[in-house]
Amino acid sequence: MNSDPKLERIAKGNALALCATGTWTASFAPVLERMVADAEKLAGGSQSIFIDVSEVAKLDTFGAWLIERLRRSLTQGAVEAQIAGLSANYSSLVDEVRRVRATPVIDTGAITITGMLEQIGRAVAGVAGTVAGLIDMLGAVLAACGRVLIHPRSLRLTSTVHHLEQVCWRAVPIVVLITFLIGCIIAQQGIFHFRRFGADLFVVDMLGVLVLREIGVLLVAIMVAGRSGSAYTAELGSMKMREEIDALRTMGFDPIEVLVLPRMLALVLALPILAFLGAMAALYGGGLVAWLYGGVEPEAFLLRLRDAISIDHFIVGIVKAPVMAAVIGIVACVEGLAVQGSAESLGQHTTSSVVKGIFFVIVMDGVFAIFFASIGM
Amino acid sequence: MAGEIQNPIIRVRDITVQFGTTRVLDGLNLDVKRGEILGFVGPSGAGKSVLTRTIIGLVPKVAGSIEVFGVDLDASNTSQRRNVERRWGVLFQQGALFSSLTVRQNIQFPMREYLRVSQRLMDEITIAKLTMVGLKPEVAERFPSELSGGMIKRVALARALSLDPDLVFLDEPTSGLDPIGAGDFDELVRTLQRTLGLTVFMVTHDLDSLYTACDRIAVLGNGKIIAAGSIADMQASQHPWLRQYFHGKRARAVMG
Repeated sequence: MNSDPKLERIAKGNALALCATGTWTASFAPVLERMVADAEKLAGGSQSIFIDVSEVAKLDTFGAWLIERLRRSLTQGAVEAQIAGLSANYSSLVDEVRRVRATPVIDTGAITITGMLEQIGRAVAGVAGTVAGLIDMLGAVLAACGRVLIHPRSLRLTSTVHHLEQVCWRAVPIVVLITFLIGCIIAQQGIFHFRRFGADLFVVDMLGVLVLREIGVLLVAIMVAGRSGSAYTAELGSMKMREEIDALRTMGFDPIEVLVLPRMLALVLALPILAFLGAMAALYGGGLVAWLYGGVEPEAFLLRLRDAISIDHFIVGIVKAPVMAAVIGIVACVEGLAVQGSAESLGQHTTSSVVKGIFFVIVMDGVFAIFFASIGM
Repeated sequence: MAGEIQNPIIRVRDITVQFGTTRVLDGLNLDVKRGEILGFVGPSGAGKSVLTRTIIGLVPKVAGSIEVFGVDLDASNTSQRRNVERRWGVLFQQGALFSSLTVRQNIQFPMREYLRVSQRLMDEITIAKLTMVGLKPEVAERFPSELSGGMIKRVALARALSLDPDLVFLDEPTSGLDPIGAGDFDELVRTLQRTLGLTVFMVTHDLDSLYTACDRIAVLGNGKIIAAGSIADMQASQHPWLRQYFHGKRARAVMG
């Protein structure tokens, strides 16, 4: 039943008739558009034109609009154009299309050099805004902490425990596994290179100091930023999208107290625990490799470890953990609450939560390194 | 062609849908005729949306067959199915507009996929569709999050209509609209049905919609169609739920 559409030109004395036949539907749109463009050009010279559509077998919005487009462009060219032979079925569709206003030119916004420079400028200026947002959130969380200290009952204990399970208990297997493997790799590399100098045993010093001071906490913090920071942002972001946070506000609850504080507390408690477990797993992995690959007996390993490290190393590592947790939590919550209405925005903020979280964790680590070096720890 | 006119556009036979052990639809039969607006009602949780989603193919069924445009959807191959999908449009309850695309991109999305049309024509048709659903062309560059509830429904309808489908599914199109907006929407569906020759499958709770927009009404209860017919048939029915529905306080208010 589908037949190729045609637009034929028939001269009737002074007047010109364009006779449309066939199927004028979306499937034939490319052909139709070309025919209409040709007909627009052909019209020159004649005074009036009839567009005869009585033979059109099928018409949809696309076809109706193209006929209307033809009529409009002919009328603009000072030709009197009329649509004739419209069947009752389609007259309302053509009427509907006639009501459409001429399309405004839509500027799609081409990419220009100035535009790119402008974006860079805006991004740089946005850094200050980011920092201000983080400080703002830190203040709000501390204020909420203060309120909770005055009225301990207002702490959402159930929520805190729930989040503690999510970010701590459920993270244990992956954290232990990864730090164990990293410990193995450090020990293996250390033995492989130290052996050339006959300094096999010094791998224990390296492993102990590196794991307890830096790797343990830094690696775990990065994992937590990727695992839990992103989850916080996504949770808060989708609540923001569905107006749940506004609902909380209207009921007289402070979203910081109800949503952010339990998450922050859980993270601040979880990260030292995870960092400790991670450090132990890394030491165990390193010891295992030293024994199996380097031939360092466990007793010798432990003796050497006892000499090589002091409690200071452990403290230096573990003190950093809650601070890093706070940084990750604040970044994640700020990003979550900044989500706008679209799914794309949720994705963007989740990404930037992880990226910024890891960045700030490393910055904090550097600040701590300078601090501990200057106090001689 | 003659056969296609007489055959129902949707033919549902002995459909059974089960979630776990709860049987939501139990041997349901339903026909939707070409060119009609079928209003589909039933108590909350009776499975109206489930039936819609089963016909569209979003919910798997345990038993039964579904034919749309004479094509058995289970027996069809990918190209037949795409062909059917190209001929129907769906308006989801919450609009389901793509939140990262503008209104214009939302409406043009199916066109880009299925048609080979110039950008100029797509832009013009977008404006035409927006005008048809009663929106101003300026809305085109907005994002869904910048629209009101009623506008979202209208844009979603424009997107459902973007390929000039023969059949549209409307899932509670007037829910969440103010009575005037809902009335406008009913009228809009009527007008579009007339101008585009649509067949409309409308799940609704809105008595006004049933009275003003629908040609025929089907009622779902206990996993089956308990009644189908004109509004007069519904009012005459002795079924307890129907009596309550069509003779309750709100129904009397609608009938004036």
